[in-house]
Amino acid sequence: MPPLLEVKGLHTEFRTGAGIVRAVDGVSYSVDPGETVAIVGESGSGKSVGALSILRLIPNPPGRITAGEILFDGRDLLKLSTADMREIRGRDIGMVFQEPMTSLNPVLTIGRQITETLERHQGADSGAAEKRALELLDMVGIADAPRRLRQYPHQLSGGMRQRVMIAVALACSPKLIIADEPTTALDVTIQAQILELMKSLSVKLGVALIVITHNLGIVARYASRVNVMYAGRVVETGTAEAIYHDPRHPYTIALLRSVPRLDQPRRGRLDPVDGQPPDLTRLDGGCAFRPRCRFAVAACAQSYPPLEAVGEPGHFSACFRSNEIASIRRADSRETAA
Amino acid sequence: MRDGPTQTPLLEVRGLAMHFPITEGMVLARRIGEVKAVDGIDFSIGRGETLGLVGESGCGKTTTGRCILRLERPTAGQILYDGQDITQLASRDLVALRRRMQVIFQDPYSSLNPRMKVGDIIAEPIRVHGLEPDGSKRKAKVRELLSVCGLDPKFVDRYPHEMSGGQRQRVGIARALALDPEFIVCDEAVSALDVSIQAQIVNLLEDLRERFRLTYLFIAHDLSVVRHLCQRVAVMYLGRIVELADGDELFDNPLHPYTQALLSAVPIPDPRVEAKRQFRPAKGEVPSPINPPSGCVFHPRCPMAVDNCRKARPALRELRPGHWVACSEVK
Repeated sequence: MPPLLEVKGLHTEFRTGAGIVRAVDGVSYSVDPGETVAIVGESGSGKSVGALSILRLIPNPPGRITAGEILFDGRDLLKLSTADMREIRGRDIGMVFQEPMTSLNPVLTIGRQITETLERHQGADSGAAEKRALELLDMVGIADAPRRLRQYPHQLSGGMRQRVMIAVALACSPKLIIADEPTTALDVTIQAQILELMKSLSVKLGVALIVITHNLGIVARYASRVNVMYAGRVVETGTAEAIYHDPRHPYTIALLRSVPRLDQPRRGRLDPVDGQPPDLTRLDGGCAFRPRCRFAVAACAQSYPPLEAVGEPGHFSACFRSNEIASIRRADSRETAA
Repeated sequence: MRDGPTQTPLLEVRGLAMHFPITEGMVLARRIGEVKAVDGIDFSIGRGETLGLVGESGCGKTTTGRCILRLERPTAGQILYDGQDITQLASRDLVALRRRMQVIFQDPYSSLNPRMKVGDIIAEPIRVHGLEPDGSKRKAKVRELLSVCGLDPKFVDRYPHEMSGGQRQRVGIARALALDPEFIVCDEAVSALDVSIQAQIVNLLEDLRERFRLTYLFIAHDLSVVRHLCQRVAVMYLGRIVELADGDELFDNPLHPYTQALLSAVPIPDPRVEAKRQFRPAKGEVPSPINPPSGCVFHPRCPMAVDNCRKARPALRELRPGHWVACSEVK
């Protein structure tokens, strides 16, 4: 089965006062139909810009997609006209953003925001659209749907608004939903409700999901595959099992080690990633993680390490020492166990 | 490794309530209701102890911290700091109190004055309290504080916008330490930081606690960080404490249905653990603190609720040594 989405060599840049920022610097990955892929990274790693590039929602100026292909269902989205792209957005690809209050229109009723999509993309008449809107609200777990249809976003709680966003995203039965930090603004019990809802709907309707998040717990619970990003590049990619239990890139290892665990008593001090996040205007040709890396060697300054297969099939790491690191880690864990 | 609290607590909170009035009309404002942000809570913190205060937005954890710092004057209750009730202190006496208690805020972007240099930001409390009139000694103290907080003393001449989020939070911590306080309220002090930086700041807070024998009230919604850093933890829901226990006891053996729902909602960063975990998200959403439910405030969302929960407000009971629960159904 061909992948639903294939991103190849994507480059997105921003012109800033401090120089050119290569926010996405050669990213490639694919998403299969119905699959959940997580993109994980810290602020400035390029995870959101990468997703907005798929939708061609990069503000220009200052931003620009400078190279790459984004094959969706066999078509290169970067070659489509603005009008064709508008057809894709909301119909074939749905979006759920972090802050539902700013992504819903405050002066339109909930009902109108859903029916607008249906009328625009499917040519539904207002009666049919309203009927479908009721179904959708019901599906995303909003009780009392007829009354809610006539309310405005400010009359709803944060969790409820995010449910509406999901209803809008699902309205035209898309093949892919891109969710950018969909629950970061929500409290933890509401976060759990929203994520369970997205996961169950994605399974039920066969929609593929790209979840962008900084939360390593969410990734572990929901993703089948994971892309770890750092300074505009994917530094490691693999199944969730491989990333969490056989990580090969020093950044992934450091990131996983730095989080305290809710399910375990404290085992001493935390083990943070040393140093500061990279300044994206001052990247050189070498590995961007090198200044913070415990494994760095002279070669890391010479050229950027390519993504290379390690361990299980489908597991790739962009580090010259990926294979050595596996044996060092095994020795380490024996030491800790002893 | 964990020091037990000494006999007399440094801080004791008794029946603390903070109700904010809701008014209507501009000139002749009429009171039409109130938000019960904090509604009768009791706890204490021993010297050298770190108490975690956790809960979701609107549960009253930040307001509790602000009452203790006397940034709010509580509606009712007592706050005994080192044996003295501080709820009625006049502003002159508050100045002396504030030398002893300080705060670290969540957002280092908005809690540092963007027009002041880092050195001046840290020196300001020392100047305000007239502790070090000699300018060069004050500068030396500021440099020392910067290096204690892991920053290069050269940063005195920088502005906050020239620094990363983690570095800014270190400046906020240095400022809190400037008066040699004994008690610090950390209000979501690591929540705005990226994961890799968050661990650096958590470690710094731990080092400082040991080095200066500090007592922390650690207010946070990130339960994993709280488990790591706090000896005891209080869980708040809609202005009330629903459960209070030693950290490991609370996280391994939560008794209140709300605590259980809260803990099961947090995903664990390990797919093997997640695959085996039983997951019970709490139904519904947090009700409004303007019209909180009668009886136990959690009853509309509670899987264990019985008739009586709608009527009587459950008191905190000590079900096991040191483990307090406000639920009449838990045995």
